[in-house]
Amino acid sequence: MYIAQQKKIGRLSSLPIVTDKRKNMNRHKNLESIVQLIFLILGLVTIASVLLITIYLIIAGIPAIREIGLVDFLFGDEWASTAAEPKYGILPFILTSIYGTAGAMVIGVPVGFMTAVFTAKVAPPRVRMVIEESVSLLAGIPSVVYGLVGMLILVPGIRKMFDIPDGASLLAAIIVLAIMTLPSIINVSITALEAVPKEYEEASLALGATETETFFRVSVPAAKSGIAAAVVLGVGRAIGEAMAVMMVSGNAPNMPDSLFQSVRFLTTAVASEMSYSSGLQRQALFSIALVLFLFIMLINALLNFLMKHDKE
Amino acid sequence: MKRSIAIVAAAVLAMGALTACGSSAQETTAAATEAATTAAEAAETEEAATEAEAAAEELSGAVATDGSTSMESVIGILGESFMQLHPDVTFTYNPTGSGSGITAVQEGRCDIGLSSRALKDEETEAGLKGETVALDGIAIIVNNENPVTDLTLEQIAQIYTGEITNWSEVGGNDEEIVLIGREAGSGTRDGFESITGTEDLCQYRQELTSTGDVITTVSQNPAAIGYASLASVSDQTKTLTVDGVEPTEDTVRDGSYKIQRPFVLVTRDGEALSTQAQAFYDYAMSAEVADLIAQAGAVAIH
Repeated sequence: MYIAQQKKIGRLSSLPIVTDKRKNMNRHKNLESIVQLIFLILGLVTIASVLLITIYLIIAGIPAIREIGLVDFLFGDEWASTAAEPKYGILPFILTSIYGTAGAMVIGVPVGFMTAVFTAKVAPPRVRMVIEESVSLLAGIPSVVYGLVGMLILVPGIRKMFDIPDGASLLAAIIVLAIMTLPSIINVSITALEAVPKEYEEASLALGATETETFFRVSVPAAKSGIAAAVVLGVGRAIGEAMAVMMVSGNAPNMPDSLFQSVRFLTTAVASEMSYSSGLQRQALFSIALVLFLFIMLINALLNFLMKHDKE
Repeated sequence: MKRSIAIVAAAVLAMGALTACGSSAQETTAAATEAATTAAEAAETEEAATEAEAAAEELSGAVATDGSTSMESVIGILGESFMQLHPDVTFTYNPTGSGSGITAVQEGRCDIGLSSRALKDEETEAGLKGETVALDGIAIIVNNENPVTDLTLEQIAQIYTGEITNWSEVGGNDEEIVLIGREAGSGTRDGFESITGTEDLCQYRQELTSTGDVITTVSQNPAAIGYASLASVSDQTKTLTVDGVEPTEDTVRDGSYKIQRPFVLVTRDGEALSTQAQAFYDYAMSAEVADLIAQAGAVAIH
């Protein structure tokens, strides 16, 4: 965007202007530096926000960890923040977030990956258009809508299907997360598959391989780091989701020892108690946010690594 | 030249969009104040409009309240309408919890303490005086398909602590009871648990973050039981009678419905409040605010 704008201005200033050329040139130069300054400021806003959030989270998150003790905080298996003797163990939340995300990937990756292969390589243009439209629509649905539909259809559905007392569970959250991560997996995979040089595929076909063999033996391996990036992006989306998950997972701070257990994620642990919290409870919520933030940084670092790998 | 002006304009617009995030919050506040204005106007027309106007001339200064988070909506609406009547008065509310509110008034850090429980003996002995401004009724709700219509207070406590786990034990179908509650820190949860004596003992299956979510979830699951503020229950769910008493404004007011708690204004006994704080105290206790209190979801006693 920035470069494009610059180019435009560059072309404009080189246009032959008959009257008072030098004065106009000067004015362009001034304008140029003003515009660049504005872009610089806008760019700095982003960097400043990231820095502000990071520093604030660290400052706000450390005291509670210090008071509770890092081991008790990370590996304590009981959370009772408003009890007479409060307990602040977030192991249930960490495990739930990991299991929930992993589960969402187990469902979401095969479906998303196959959809991407079909869309990029097999589908006739009209079908392809329909798929791409629906994927972008899926990406645009607000998470609270996923939550609401999950609450009214999925949760009662799970209750009836498995004949259990209540359907709000880890399984419900996994299904919702799987659907929510589909758009990022599909879109990035399609881009990666399309970047595979046509010559590879043509060579494979010329050697007598069938189309399916070509897609899975040639195109997919050639696009594999891009597809891996798609999966990591999906993981990031799943681990950071709060609203939809809060509405279907039951939100009780249990250990996730069964798919049908009512569970609480890292994100929902922060979101559900923040509004009325005070004192150490509030500080502990910031510490949870810090842990979540570290998870996401890790995922981002992985994503950057994969992307770089892809370029090379 | 024209084009570069357009680019500058675009940049300025982008900055405008950034700042717009800030202004939307202000709009919400403006809307809230507007709502309070209409509420205040309603109260004003109800009674003694001239009296209020005359009083508005005299009062100024600050009224500081501190205490129960459960009383937020009641005290919020009273404070807003009071400030509408007396524009020079600054009303503040510090949501810290009943215990902290009582301590604050005792130490003179606020004018009026707010407590969502009756004062204990040692607190009244320490020179504090509590007067109930409103009552908060908590309804026990089940799914419309559930045949159970009545539970005793003891049964409710046993259900929530996991001693009773099947509806057949209290005359219902052979189904496991699904306990729906609110998140830790919620005023309704705090009220329910303290009245039923189940603090820190509830075996919740779901902890939801709003009354609306509790009602929706209970309406979706035939084996669910939940609690919600009396003002928000509807025919989406079935409201149980407790010890045979149906929760209505009347039964809450006369004390026959058990799952209720008082909202108490706490002051130091025998010490005069500032003029403006006394005016607020009298205003909150007067009959003219009954509608406002009902609007905030509580039961007025006057």
